[in-house]
Amino acid sequence: MAASKSGRLMSIPLKITPEESASSSLDRSSPLISFEDVSKVFNLREATFHAVNGLNLAIRPGEFVTLVGPSGCGKSTLLNMVAGLMKPTSGIVSYRGVPVVGINQRVGYMTQADHLLPWRTIAGNISVPLEISRIGKGARRARIEELIELVGLTGFEASYPTQVSGGMRKRAALARLLASDPETLLMDEPFGALDAQLRLAMQTELLNVQARLGKTVVFVTHDLDEAISLADRCVVFSSRPGRIVQVIETGLPRGRDLLALRFDPSFLKLARGLWETLTPELKSVERPT
Amino acid sequence: MISGRNLFGIRVAIAVALLGIWQYLSQARHLEFYLSKPTDIAGRLDQWISDGTLISHLQATVFVAIVGFAIGACAGLSVGLLLGRAATTAKVIDPFLMAFYSMPKVALAPVFVLWFGVDTSMKVIFVSLVVFFLVFLNTYSGVRNVSREQLTILRLMGARESDLMRKVVLPSALVWVFTGLRLSVPYALIGTILGEMMATNKGLGFLLANTAGTFDTTGTFATLVVIVALSMVFNALVRLAESTLMPWQARLDEQEVSI
Repeated sequence: MAASKSGRLMSIPLKITPEESASSSLDRSSPLISFEDVSKVFNLREATFHAVNGLNLAIRPGEFVTLVGPSGCGKSTLLNMVAGLMKPTSGIVSYRGVPVVGINQRVGYMTQADHLLPWRTIAGNISVPLEISRIGKGARRARIEELIELVGLTGFEASYPTQVSGGMRKRAALARLLASDPETLLMDEPFGALDAQLRLAMQTELLNVQARLGKTVVFVTHDLDEAISLADRCVVFSSRPGRIVQVIETGLPRGRDLLALRFDPSFLKLARGLWETLTPELKSVERPT
Repeated sequence: MISGRNLFGIRVAIAVALLGIWQYLSQARHLEFYLSKPTDIAGRLDQWISDGTLISHLQATVFVAIVGFAIGACAGLSVGLLLGRAATTAKVIDPFLMAFYSMPKVALAPVFVLWFGVDTSMKVIFVSLVVFFLVFLNTYSGVRNVSREQLTILRLMGARESDLMRKVVLPSALVWVFTGLRLSVPYALIGTILGEMMATNKGLGFLLANTAGTFDTTGTFATLVVIVALSMVFNALVRLAESTLMPWQARLDEQEVSI
């Protein structure tokens, strides 16, 4: 089991060209992740609250889907259910057509807190998933080196997480996420705490990595511009209980320049539409003349 | 901020001043019987070192303290790690553990003499029991305080229980383990010396009881000096192990604080 897993891991080279990733072996029409009539109710001590109510959504392999909506609309709950950390109260969450039971090891999870291990160096942290997959020392070192270079952390391998900036920790967390080569990346506001320039750099990095490695990404955010600019498809949620109010197919080209995109008319139109959907009350204030 | 050299100078000055006051009090006020003179104490130590008295007693004490400490620390660490991960069992036996912990272990010494006699093994068992509880409870708290998020992140990567133990639980609990070890050092010495005072004819505890029993104040104070020195050496060793095993903690101390 361990051998076959490490074989799978190492047989996928990190650097593949977009042409190769486009001809993915996966059937692009059948969903990779599907939510069927999913509801989640949390019973707190004094109150029960509906995080998600009757949700239906299918995510295709290789797709970059962003989930956007106000705080507390159950976006993170959806990621937790895909990862197998939570069970839906009713309905079915399936991965590759099979209901998710227990921890789903085909996914990698990255949250706003990086959760790096403070007792390991940057390289040591990236090594964790490789050690868990029982990959030999030589192969491990080569792969860590490759990942360090990929996320631009060369020179900081031997630093401890507390010694580097928040942006570098984020890069290290991204490298660790990619190290185990998960098929799907679940990202919960991963760049929330970063400054604008760094966030743009990380977003670009993520899009490049996704395009190169053909990953499926489910990305939770409450930054509306981010939700549009990264997405193939942007799913908009209402506030509690979370329901889908709109699904936007962005139709933005792959390999896009995120900086140029900010001033692109088609992007602006989508972003404006999203702002108006999520903040209808602003619209009436806008034109009192 | 005081530089290293100045700090040392200030400390030496304080020590010299204290010894001077001590010397003056015992000499000028004729308190030798209660408070032996530092010069006499130094002379006695010199005599004990040259005639071999010190080394034989010191050896006995160091052996009991170190062996007892090692056994107690290993047992405390293992049981703490195991029970920390076995939440249900820990919950069941929690009141029993607390009852044992609350009991002053010193009160057990007479029972130990009854059970194990007066030789070295009785003292080693006694010391390891005292150390065991301190290390065990700290390790246990450390394991219970491991970040659940870090555990979950590793589980998502496919980690087995052994991976979690080695990569997260143990290093995360290490800070607590060392708190337990540091607390244990004086207790290990207390246990050793108490055991020696009660029942034996060797060790620093015996020396203490013997000199005090014969109104040899200088001898008693000389023994106390040796005990303090020994305790400081043990503490330094634990701190050295701490900085070697937890380099990330040392780096943390070097950093400037930000909140």
